[in-house]
Amino acid sequence: MATRTETLTSTGIPSGKVGVWWFLASEITVFGGLIACYIVVRLGSGGWGEATTHLNFSLALANTFVLLTSSLTMVLAFAGVQDGSPKGLRISLLLTILLGLIFLAIKAFEYAGEIREGFTPAAGIFWSFYYGMTGLHALHVLAGVAVNSILLIEALGDILRPNEHRVELAGLYWHFVDIVWIFLFPLLYLT
Amino acid sequence: MKIFSTDHKTIAKQYLTLGLFWAIVGGLTSYLIRWQVAYPDTEAPGWGFIAPDFYNMLVTMHGTIMVFFVAMPILLATFGNFLIPLMIGARDMAFPRLNRLSVWVFALASLVLLLSFFVPGGAASAGWTGYPPLSANATYTGVNWGLNLWLVALALEFVSFLMGGINFLTTTINLRAPGMTFFRLPLIVWMQITAAVLFMLSVGPLIAGAVMLLLDRVAGTTFYLPEGGGEPLLWQHLFWFFGHPEVYVIFLPGLGIVLEIMPVFSRKPIFGYRPIIYSTIAAGMLSFVVWAHHQFLSGMDPRLAMPFSITTILISVPFALIVFAMIATLWRASISFSTPMLFAIGTLSIFIIGGLTGIFNGSAPVDIYIHGTYFVVAHFHFTLFSATFFAGFAGITYWFPKMFGRMMNETLGKIHFWLTLIFFNAVFIPMHFVGLGGMMRRIANPMQYEFLQPLQPTNVFITLAAVLLIVGQIPFVVNFFWSLFRGRVAERNPWQANTLEWSAGSPPPHGNFERVPVVYRSPYEYSSPEVVEDWLPQDRPPEPSTAARQ
Amino acid sequence: MLNWFPENVSSFGGDIDSLFYLILYITGAWFLLTEGLILFFLVRYRRREGRRVTYYHGNNLKQAAWILIPGLIVLLLDLWVDFRGAEVWAKIKGHMPASDLRIQVTGKQFNWEIVYPGPDGKLGTADDLQMDNELHIPAGKVVRVVLKSKDVIHSFFLPNLRFKQDAVPGREIEAWFQATKPGRFEMPCSELCGFGHSGMGGQLFVHTPEEYEKWVREHWPEK
Repeated sequence: MATRTETLTSTGIPSGKVGVWWFLASEITVFGGLIACYIVVRLGSGGWGEATTHLNFSLALANTFVLLTSSLTMVLAFAGVQDGSPKGLRISLLLTILLGLIFLAIKAFEYAGEIREGFTPAAGIFWSFYYGMTGLHALHVLAGVAVNSILLIEALGDILRPNEHRVELAGLYWHFVDIVWIFLFPLLYLT
Repeated sequence: MKIFSTDHKTIAKQYLTLGLFWAIVGGLTSYLIRWQVAYPDTEAPGWGFIAPDFYNMLVTMHGTIMVFFVAMPILLATFGNFLIPLMIGARDMAFPRLNRLSVWVFALASLVLLLSFFVPGGAASAGWTGYPPLSANATYTGVNWGLNLWLVALALEFVSFLMGGINFLTTTINLRAPGMTFFRLPLIVWMQITAAVLFMLSVGPLIAGAVMLLLDRVAGTTFYLPEGGGEPLLWQHLFWFFGHPEVYVIFLPGLGIVLEIMPVFSRKPIFGYRPIIYSTIAAGMLSFVVWAHHQFLSGMDPRLAMPFSITTILISVPFALIVFAMIATLWRASISFSTPMLFAIGTLSIFIIGGLTGIFNGSAPVDIYIHGTYFVVAHFHFTLFSATFFAGFAGITYWFPKMFGRMMNETLGKIHFWLTLIFFNAVFIPMHFVGLGGMMRRIANPMQYEFLQPLQPTNVFITLAAVLLIVGQIPFVVNFFWSLFRGRVAERNPWQANTLEWSAGSPPPHGNFERVPVVYRSPYEYSSPEVVEDWLPQDRPPEPSTAARQ
Repeated sequence: MLNWFPENVSSFGGDIDSLFYLILYITGAWFLLTEGLILFFLVRYRRREGRRVTYYHGNNLKQAAWILIPGLIVLLLDLWVDFRGAEVWAKIKGHMPASDLRIQVTGKQFNWEIVYPGPDGKLGTADDLQMDNELHIPAGKVVRVVLKSKDVIHSFFLPNLRFKQDAVPGREIEAWFQATKPGRFEMPCSELCGFGHSGMGGQLFVHTPEEYEKWVREHWPEK
């Protein structure tokens, strides 16, 4: 069983976890605000049904599957920490990173197609929201990939030991990013 | 090297430095604004002519600088960073390196804002409120990069304070010394964490909104542009949903400073510690449902005006309770008029006036007339100036010995106080009447309107008072720098105060305390019947005979 | 204070002004009470040799009553202001009285483009007439305005009519007012709209019924 340093806390909850939850609370208000705007503006307008027919439903469905799987692999990574299995940790982290990159690649491919057909961000209010929401989300996926990559490098170099709790914290963030997509997907592609 | 320091006390002083720098820039903008209003189209001494679009830039940057680059770094980042670990008995913040990063991000935000003054087209000029379409399309203002950089600077500032908020909240929740329960926390700590919660939960929608505005400006989106199906009012809701809690984010720490100082110089507990906390939480929650009082006449559904009027006027109740509690603290006290105490009482008196004029603004029918006039400007200067400057000076003069290990000069302090009090009132009391006369905000030349010409003598008076108010800050600048190097060396607890920071050295070393303190009581046991002295520190062990009672 | 408001020539101006005065008396009373108490306490309880402080913490209900009861009074007075306000708001913004005069006011950097419907009473017809920065209306009759904007947000402000309403691009906002007596007044823009915001305004001419008839005849001569 590896040694773990624990700092004194008044509540018994590790400070890192408290910090990440507050961070996620503020992120919820960013995406919540953006999504609420989209809903309100869309309800107040003609409905934008025509615009959504130009979206690529199958690619988005694939991406949903990709992200959900990546949340699973992220949980497995943390399980690797708790079970004391460095190999499990490294493989699961690697898979999570790869799935995140696949998500971004599919998204880029989607954007390219839409732009080729003339549906740029300037093509109307629906497209403003589409690119704004999925773009902001994609930036968050990229940030998550970056964080997970740093953890993977540390795990490979065997220097993650004292800070393995960070995998759980990174997992909280990654699940949040996944949940945002769970909202975006139906709001953009299914309505 | 100091810029790599992760010590919360060093970080606090760096925020103070940046905040005071921006206060000087902000003061310069107010001088130029007032000169132009009083003597339109003449050369301002030391500057020159002020063109109308330059004037719009001045009012825009004045507001932006004062709210985001003076009030927040001084009230939240300086006092929060310096005091929270010390007051809860911790050795530093929960995330010292995140803290370090937050200063760098704020410094970067400052650089970006500074840069925006020098790009072609000049700095942002669509008001600190930045309403689109004026702000969404460069052709409407002639300002292109200036507004883009303004948005980037604000976004960076928000990120910096989000980091700070995470630190303040986690530290207060998790790093309290043994015996430091939530209801033994000093009130300024309660105020700082309430402000942090308000900030963290309200800024998100504006971050979204600012991203949308930036995209409208550079990526051709049309979130706010009606010709593309967008909605100008959307920005207003996003801005004010944050904007209103934001003014309490600024006010609460200022209030906290006053609540710490008053008991010390009254030698009496703060009246109603628990009612004050509950009122603060109530006010914080209410602050999320008042925002559209800025939009009564915006074109939003008029039926929304009544609910927002009601919540707005109701928010006066918790603040009234806190004001009454502060007054009650003075009853049967033993008051000494040190510089910190003078500024604390000044804050209270000025804030009362600002709070009362808020009732006029919050009543929608009255707002029909006074919206967009100088009455509003007078109102928010009474509330924000009291919080930022009176409370800021109170805090600086009070904690200067702890921060720098030296005492400030009392005589200069008192001169500074009286000059500030007199000239502040001379500027902003008459401004109410100018507003009632109908003078609109953000106009560069009142003489262009016949109905405003009779108000011009008052405008001239206000300008002269403003110049004197600015000049009246010189004693402070002199006092601050002189005391830094030549002030009398301060002892550990020059004010005989109870809170934990006074148990540490002046200034405290890295790690703050020789030994982590243990807390036995509330922070405001002044003139307690349990002891002979008129103060009783939080960490003094109880007498053996009273140990059973603890 | 009575001198500080511009002359009120609005049918609902009196309601707004008297609500203002109600708030003034209430807040004025609180001002005198609180600032007076502060001043009194500062003098009476300043530090003096041998004075004992009364240790009074205010944390239980009995002691806190000293602030809770005044707090309750604040609440009741607030509600009074709210109820009066609701009545006045309903009267002004809550309903649109009928009128046969409907004028279009469009804000455009940096003018008020005013379009009169002409004798047929309808906007958008051949007899419409546009005048910039000049609004002519008869006294004693309800006037409806349709507020629009061609570019940014402007705000149509008639100080003497206690009238203000933002003009938002992409919207047509209807509002009304009624002048009680003739005169010449100003109509500034009161929302920052660009470098020409200062000076954007115009003249409001409230005519007697006879003068108004004359003005109409001058601009729409008989065929």
